[in-house]
Amino acid sequence: MQTSDIDRALQTDDTRLTRPRLFVLALTTALIAALATAALTFPDNVGRLAPLALDSLPRSGVLNPVTAVLLNYRGYDTLLEVAVLLLAIVGVWAIAPTARVWFKTPDTPVLATFVRLLLPLMIVVAGYMLWLGADEPGGAFQGGAVLGGVGVLWVAAAVWLPRRGHPFWLRLLLGAGVAAFVIAAVGLLFLTGGLLQYPPEQAKTVILVIEGAAMFSIGATLAVLFIGGYPRREEEK
Amino acid sequence: MIGTSTLYTLAGILLFGMGLYALIAYPHLLRKILALNVMGVGIFMVLISIAYQGPTQRADPVPHALVITGIVVAVCATGLALTLATRIQALTGSARLETDEEA
Repeated sequence: MQTSDIDRALQTDDTRLTRPRLFVLALTTALIAALATAALTFPDNVGRLAPLALDSLPRSGVLNPVTAVLLNYRGYDTLLEVAVLLLAIVGVWAIAPTARVWFKTPDTPVLATFVRLLLPLMIVVAGYMLWLGADEPGGAFQGGAVLGGVGVLWVAAAVWLPRRGHPFWLRLLLGAGVAAFVIAAVGLLFLTGGLLQYPPEQAKTVILVIEGAAMFSIGATLAVLFIGGYPRREEEK
Repeated sequence: MIGTSTLYTLAGILLFGMGLYALIAYPHLLRKILALNVMGVGIFMVLISIAYQGPTQRADPVPHALVITGIVVAVCATGLALTLATRIQALTGSARLETDEEA
């Protein structure tokens, strides 16, 4: 899909307010009004999980309540979520096996050099965000987003492009998050008798190891999604 | 007098409704994908503002955790949807769903 095609398609798109659209508009307006009424009459003292989450914080191994919810209380949920990211990649590769790699080496060497310098720096930033996530706002998802961003820059500046398929190390990165999560879950099942039930003393170590693997997986997933499609060599088209 | 967090909730609901309208009304797949993202952002805004418990208390971490996982899943779902749209365009020559008049 060329950019010009998208522009043309969107510009020539018929956005007139036809009768069916007026009907849809009326329905969605009614829905917005109903939801707004519900929001305005929302009771103040609803049963929240917040007191439970905040009171259990000393036993969770971390001080940041969001990280505690993600990696400790609702670890099972996050395990499945990391698996969803892997499934998205599998889906993209299955749907579009012949995606053109349309990135070109830029004319100026400045961009490529800059991006090369940026990568190690951003890995440090991501690691710092991960470490910070235990006690302050931050964590695997924020660090993963930073890594994903630098991965996108890498591909966009054509510093690194997949030729045919993806190298083994990249596949390893993509699966690392799920693998670490599952290994931790099964291991803890035998150690503590509960799936993803951490012993309080080792909780922080377990959380950081899982988060570290998940961070690299999230970053790799975002960058690989940006490439879009399973790359093939030019002559194979 | 509505507080800031209620204002955020209402804005989130408005975004959700706008996205829902665009999702149903327009046949172009790219518009539908954008509309889904606008809807998602609206839901995230509602979740973030619901977590607010007043200036003296810490925000509820449970909705916040839902939002942070939701953002990453939304990006991946968008990537998958864009790939699907590209494939549909490649196979049919158009990334637009047929409307009743054209069918």
